[in-house]
Amino acid sequence: MSDQIAHTDHEHKVVSPFIYLTILCTLFVFTAITVWASYIDLGEWHIAQGVTIFWNPVVALAIASTKMVLVVLFFMHVKYSTKLTKLTVVAGLFVFMALIGMTMSDYVSRAWGRW
Amino acid sequence: MSETTTAEGVLAEGHHAHPPYQRHHFESVEQQFDTTNFAMWLFLLTEVMFFGGLFTAYLLMRNWYYPAFVVASHQLNIFWGTANTGVLIASSFTMAMSVWSAEMRKKSLLIFFLCTTFVLGLAFLGIKTIEYSEKWEKHHIPGLNWSDNTFRNPQSDPEVYKEYHDAPLSPDMAAKAELYFFLYFAMTGMHALHMIIGIAILGFMIFRARAAAYTTGHVTFVENFGLYWHFVDIVWIFLFPLLYLISRR
Repeated sequence: MSDQIAHTDHEHKVVSPFIYLTILCTLFVFTAITVWASYIDLGEWHIAQGVTIFWNPVVALAIASTKMVLVVLFFMHVKYSTKLTKLTVVAGLFVFMALIGMTMSDYVSRAWGRW
Repeated sequence: MSETTTAEGVLAEGHHAHPPYQRHHFESVEQQFDTTNFAMWLFLLTEVMFFGGLFTAYLLMRNWYYPAFVVASHQLNIFWGTANTGVLIASSFTMAMSVWSAEMRKKSLLIFFLCTTFVLGLAFLGIKTIEYSEKWEKHHIPGLNWSDNTFRNPQSDPEVYKEYHDAPLSPDMAAKAELYFFLYFAMTGMHALHMIIGIAILGFMIFRARAAAYTTGHVTFVENFGLYWHFVDIVWIFLFPLLYLISRR
């Protein structure tokens, strides 16, 4: 893919329209898949008494996350960015997941069976 | 740009030639680009935290009042939601192409792609208006024009009923549908506000692009606005499945 990346006069990387077009089509395909999947009952997984995982939301969020990664890496140029930018993005996602994870684990571990 | 002079009035040594858009406190154009890029990402992280609070509230309330959230989300129109997702993804592509045009110093192409992004942004808001006005007609605006009749008596809304056959909710659970619509309007409303701000800045950029402001090698503004626009796209990529899709069956 390195031949798709041209260098301008000051070493700033330019991503080619071909890559943008590929990502656009991939995003459209994933959108179609997620809408199609929402019409199908993907079932559930009973882990324990009162603890069930429904697959429909899991699949929908997995597809959304894949689309996000494609947008961040290519449209937002993180794949071609400095290590500082990469670290900033990953750190931001980590803190976001940690905050949601801690909040939700707090709520589910209180007042068992009543939440 | 004022020239740095010493007390003797001669030009200071070490003042290298640089493009006019390089600010004096930066070592080089690359450093200036990387610095502003980093700053833009830090701003976007604060935006992640802002929307993160809304997403967390939605996740929690959906688990607490699951039946109300499922029945309430059946009121959303999958067709318009999917159409808007397509419009927004297409606008992200045209924005990415705007950045490419600026980098390649193609002025008319840059104006074309900025205008396309502008129009697609307006199309998104237009579809959102169609959806919002339907909520108004059905009295699904929390606190302003609200009735929980649809949720206590689903058969009163035959168009949605024939597709989902929802059972009536108890009055106290039906009242929680208002919470779903509060979060729906808070999340899509904040997203729409970001779109409106983005479209306003796009209008300014089209004006500036016509004056060839971005096709001289200085692409920072276009690049960083692109980051903002793609971020708003990502927010919608998550809003769409969470609000429209996951409660379908």
